[in-house]
Amino acid sequence: MLTVSIYRYNPEIDKEPYMKDYEVDTQGKDLMVLDVLEMLKARDSGLVYRRSCREGVCGSDGMNMNGKNGLACITPLSEALGKSKKLIIRPLPGLPVIRDLIVDMGMFYKQYEKIKPFLINDTPAPAIERLQSPEERAHLDGLYECILCACCSTACPSFWWNPDRFIGPSGLLQAYRFLIDSRDTATEERLSDLDDPFSVFRCHGIQNCVQVCPKGLNPTKAIGHIRNMLISQSV
Amino acid sequence: MTIRTIEFDGVIVGGGGAGMRAALQLAQSGYKTAVISKVFPTRSHTVSAQGGITCAIASADPNDDWRWHMYDTVKGSDYIGDQDAIEYMCSVGPQAVFELEHMGLPFSRTDEGRIYQRPFGGQSKNFGEGGQAARTCAAADRTGHALLHTLYQSNMKNNTVFMNEWYAVDLVKNVDDVVVGVIAICMETGETVFVKSKATVFATGGAGRIYSSTTNAHINTGDGIGMALRAGFPVQDIEMWQFHPTGIHGAGVLVTEGCRGEGGYLVNKDGERFMERYAPNAKDLAGRDVVARSMVMEILEGRGCGPNGDHVHLKLDHLGEETLMARLPGVCELSETFAHVHPKDAPIPVVPTCHYMMGGIPTNVDGQALMVDENGNDKVIEGLFACGEAACVSVHGANRLGGNSLLDLVVFGRAAGLYIEKALREGIEHTEANQDDIDRAMARLNKLNNSQSGETTAQLRTELQTIMQNHFGVFRRGDYMQEGIKKLADLRTRIENVYLDDKSDAFNTSRIEALELQNLLEVAEATAIAAEERKESRGAHARDDFQDRDDENWLCHSMYNPVNKTVGKRAVNFEPKTVDAFEPKARTY
Repeated sequence: MLTVSIYRYNPEIDKEPYMKDYEVDTQGKDLMVLDVLEMLKARDSGLVYRRSCREGVCGSDGMNMNGKNGLACITPLSEALGKSKKLIIRPLPGLPVIRDLIVDMGMFYKQYEKIKPFLINDTPAPAIERLQSPEERAHLDGLYECILCACCSTACPSFWWNPDRFIGPSGLLQAYRFLIDSRDTATEERLSDLDDPFSVFRCHGIQNCVQVCPKGLNPTKAIGHIRNMLISQSV
Repeated sequence: MTIRTIEFDGVIVGGGGAGMRAALQLAQSGYKTAVISKVFPTRSHTVSAQGGITCAIASADPNDDWRWHMYDTVKGSDYIGDQDAIEYMCSVGPQAVFELEHMGLPFSRTDEGRIYQRPFGGQSKNFGEGGQAARTCAAADRTGHALLHTLYQSNMKNNTVFMNEWYAVDLVKNVDDVVVGVIAICMETGETVFVKSKATVFATGGAGRIYSSTTNAHINTGDGIGMALRAGFPVQDIEMWQFHPTGIHGAGVLVTEGCRGEGGYLVNKDGERFMERYAPNAKDLAGRDVVARSMVMEILEGRGCGPNGDHVHLKLDHLGEETLMARLPGVCELSETFAHVHPKDAPIPVVPTCHYMMGGIPTNVDGQALMVDENGNDKVIEGLFACGEAACVSVHGANRLGGNSLLDLVVFGRAAGLYIEKALREGIEHTEANQDDIDRAMARLNKLNNSQSGETTAQLRTELQTIMQNHFGVFRRGDYMQEGIKKLADLRTRIENVYLDDKSDAFNTSRIEALELQNLLEVAEATAIAAEERKESRGAHARDDFQDRDDENWLCHSMYNPVNKTVGKRAVNFEPKTVDAFEPKARTY
């Protein structure tokens, strides 16, 4: 039997959040954390969380498992538990809780929107695709794969302190994805949008983002590149 | 009960590829456009598409021709795909794909800087005479993710209104039976509103969750199909369900056909590349229905792998780590997570798994939903449109080719948007919905909210999925299906009376799941009745008791009518505009 302790809060019923313990018979299987949640949902229908693809590509089920952010659908119990005997599930930290494991992602999406996450190219489009060499395209690897799960930004102390002004690791990873795209012509505009004390420079290289990214991406490195671009632009 | 009304020119239900492409087209024209999506749009199931988008952009082969793609698609459909629609999709496709690239989609590239294309199943050059083609445009093996994010980004740029985490419950029809919008719930607050619209587009995706083993996301519950059926509108070819050859055994998670496109192949427990026996020419790149059936035959005849002999192996190690990491990085990740093997070292255990709904809401090329009048003629359902997997236009017929679903999404999402833009410009006037019309659309939700006892969603859902898995799988048989239909009839009363014990407003996912379950039931019942009715084997519909294709009686669409639960027939279109029709012939690979 596995003890699972889950953060519960229903604003219509509960005065304050509490942890609720469940006993789960995993039959010795190394289930994914999402599987465990689905078993519990069948027993306790009031328990709520987001989920969709159940294979780690949609980014719905970011949550905090035994102190570490990750996606419930691709985190096996063995990995979440480590040496612990108890599974502790909390919502992603730093964002307002709507109910149980569901957080208000508004602030996170807002930072994403701020960086203009779309290709800007004012030259007339050709009749076929814009050409891009495999080398140029390779610059986008490790950037475009972001699934907007918010595991990184909600693990970042700088984002916790300044969620309204620091873009955060996810947004900055996407900012660099467009800055480095050979097809994008708005480099200057993008850099000047980011050129203030908060948007980029609140990153202190703590690298929590790198530790938790379920897709193995490295926002810190991307932020480093943006810093360099900002610095070389100003000299 | 009076509820708030929100008004738009065009409302798109569903934030996947089709919905967002339709929304983009409308938003670009300046009309007030909203997308209602039960998840944040980039969490829609399009995100899981891996291998690519098939289209004759003539990158891998400068002489490639959309007509060859059309031929493949007609053949793949086992000749019940509508040739006017297939012609439209294949010929407009290149433009639609280039538009995606211009929006920023990070396609993989060739040395010439063009979009990378890989071989996929059922593809040929020169109308089947010129060997295997490479026609599937890819962004590594994350094409759906790249496409969906790009479309979301473009919509953001064009100020589409997103009603994210809103759930559409039922259609609102006015006194003239015209669709004038939907009832929708804001999941965060529980508020229910009437979303009024001059054009309502269903882009609600598939319903693979009617089966217990599926590659589909939890959210694929056929909401649009359920809403259409409850409103009394028919669905077409709903018996046609694709079982994808390579679902990871035990998990159901998909690995792309691109694995075989890049040179991987299937082996049985003896290590034999068995597809050489079933499809001597195309081998592992035969149509998906053919490969899936061959796999099941291997398993049934005792040549399956593993201690229970219940799957086969997908061998990829010979491709080498470099190719695997460059072309199939996502597959490597999924395989490690769900099968605990890295394909560079060991084969992936795979089994045919429910993947795609070829049927859906019948539409014309402009995305207008159709029904059939008393005289058997097509009749447009005013106000309602459909595109993507929820629609049946039909470009996939009895079997979809790999890579054609993403093309379907963007081509027909775009087409619906273009048509609605034109119609809005010419002026759309509908009679206002009155209180009775709205009350009727609210009835199901009200009943659920007032439920005092009954069975729970989770147990009823499991029962439904088990029935579909056991009675309507890869191989089908009349008596089995009749038994399944009886079980579903029993389940209907129970599911209509499902008990919602959590009545709270804030992010009540139990309420949503109960409503989804009722949609699953609608899809399952339509599937079951249409499958039993079609007494032949064609494409994905394979019957033990009618093993041959019967062109004399069944070279047609099935039309399931929910009002009297009967199945009618509708003619397949054999009149493309610019090429000669492809006449049915024996389908071999």
